[in-house]
Amino acid sequence: MKAHLSIQKLTKRYKTGDGVTDISLDVKKGEMITLLGPSGCGKTTVLRSVGGFLDPDSGDIMIEGKSVLSAPPEKRPTSMVFQGYNLWPHMTVYENLAFGLKIRKIRKAERDKAISEVLELVRLPGSEKKYPGQLSGGQQQRIAVARSLLLKPAVLLLDEPFSALDAKLRHEMREELREIQAELGLTMVFVTHDQEEALSISDRIVVMNHGQIEQIATPQEIYDEPKSLYVAQFIGKMNFMKGVITEEGIQVGSLHFPNATGLSGEVTVAVRPEDIILESSAGSGLHGIIKQIMVLGHYAEVSADIRNHGVIRAFMARDKVKELQQGQEISVQFSKILAYPQV
Amino acid sequence: MRWYLKAVGPKKIIEFLLLAAFVIFFMGPLLNLALLAFTGNWSYPDPLPREWSLKWWSFVLSRDGIAESIGLSFGIAAIVTAVSILLCVPAAYAFARIRFPLSRFFLFSFLLTHAFPKMGLYVSIAVLFYKIGLMNTLLGVVLIHIINVLMYMTWIPTASFRNVHTAQEESARDVGASPFRVFRSITLPLAMPGIIVASIFTFLSSLDEAQGTYLVGVPNFRTMPVVMYGIITDYPAYAGAVFSIILTAPTLILLLAAQKFVSADVLSSGFQMK
Repeated sequence: MKAHLSIQKLTKRYKTGDGVTDISLDVKKGEMITLLGPSGCGKTTVLRSVGGFLDPDSGDIMIEGKSVLSAPPEKRPTSMVFQGYNLWPHMTVYENLAFGLKIRKIRKAERDKAISEVLELVRLPGSEKKYPGQLSGGQQQRIAVARSLLLKPAVLLLDEPFSALDAKLRHEMREELREIQAELGLTMVFVTHDQEEALSISDRIVVMNHGQIEQIATPQEIYDEPKSLYVAQFIGKMNFMKGVITEEGIQVGSLHFPNATGLSGEVTVAVRPEDIILESSAGSGLHGIIKQIMVLGHYAEVSADIRNHGVIRAFMARDKVKELQQGQEISVQFSKILAYPQV
Repeated sequence: MRWYLKAVGPKKIIEFLLLAAFVIFFMGPLLNLALLAFTGNWSYPDPLPREWSLKWWSFVLSRDGIAESIGLSFGIAAIVTAVSILLCVPAAYAFARIRFPLSRFFLFSFLLTHAFPKMGLYVSIAVLFYKIGLMNTLLGVVLIHIINVLMYMTWIPTASFRNVHTAQEESARDVGASPFRVFRSITLPLAMPGIIVASIFTFLSSLDEAQGTYLVGVPNFRTMPVVMYGIITDYPAYAGAVFSIILTAPTLILLLAAQKFVSADVLSSGFQMK
């Protein structure tokens, strides 16, 4: 299938040394793609290049098969929602929404209908006459999303649109956005530094670091099989230990695992907290002492000091930790591990 | 009475006295001016004039050249304001948005005209004006006035343009507006309060300018403040009082009309060097 948005070998370098190098990415129609990475990794550079606010040094950007590189932002079939300051405070919500439609010379009756429909969609019906200053931060971002939706863009670009909102609202907005996206079959590129946000709303995640793509995969894949140590560190919680590869496989202390990586010598072993099994009896696993038990709602986080391997954190069901206590001797097994070359 | 003072407490009383002193300090001279302007007969020991009259008003207004000077002053102020908007608003936008070498130095240089003694500056400008034939011309007077207002007219709008977030301009581009349309529909209206405040200052400062006009414009361009010099030296203080009220009135009216826009915020942001 042909890509709806295709970024080909995009390179943009700033004088400061930041920027992106050789980014290639295909987005299918109706897909929700997240660019994820720490600040300065170049995710916003990619987004702004697609939106037309940056001129790439080299590479091409194709939307629906046509290069848009020479078009200014106002001529591109994209629409962008910024982190903040999206709305014009001297105009009412109606005027904010109508601005783009007026430029497109859409008749008033049609315009009014479209605006009341889209306000319904973002759950702010009847707010036409309000000024942005009278709306909360979350409501303002909804209006910004609505303004973009009205223009029926081929690709909707969102630059950390919810990062200024509080956690609960961010959660809600995320869900709503996902619903709207599914309902309208929108193609979306979403930029965030919040891995939880990326995991929860994306069809595919693009993990970026230092201006390069580390991995492109579905949230499941990214979580279960991070391709590099960087991705393993960045996505979700992870424990890291030293391991070594012998003829029998990967060895971590007294534990052995099959070696499917093709690596050799010293490796860094990564284990998800939920893949750790703690046993109170002295078993065949690694030995350690429980340092702390924290109940975090439906699960508990247990941190344990393992001899020669440092502190690890494990997630356990809440009823299982009732038998454990601080200072207790335990043995540790891993149900699943990942191995990366040591840096 | 005493129990009341006690209930209020010494802190409040001191505050009130300070405030009263402050108000008298500011309003006293103005009040005196108003009294003088409407005096018919006022002799020394009386606290208030014995007779009120409008005779000084009719005296001042009936003198030759007064009405013309009022018209001329407003005309020049209007031209100065219009020209300085045309010159300074685009410059302010450039200072706010475009990074060019020495931009801070240029912005700062507008302060220079305020750093020297005015008369010295005017005299050297007058020498220049003689050579190029600008003495006693409207253009010469307008130029002298603009020198005075360059600083407000550039600094305040620059701050206003800086306060318009790039995302606000970019989202307008994004929904389809051309750069010119973005400026007209988004940037300019958002920066308008600052531009209005600066324009009012410009208008008032031009209305008030005497030294430079006196040097460059006399005899053909006798604006209100220039005429006032003559009145103060040649006639009793009553005539001067009447004339000062005529000069003050437009200031008060304009500031009242624009009080929505004139705020400490707009002003102070104009004088932050970034």
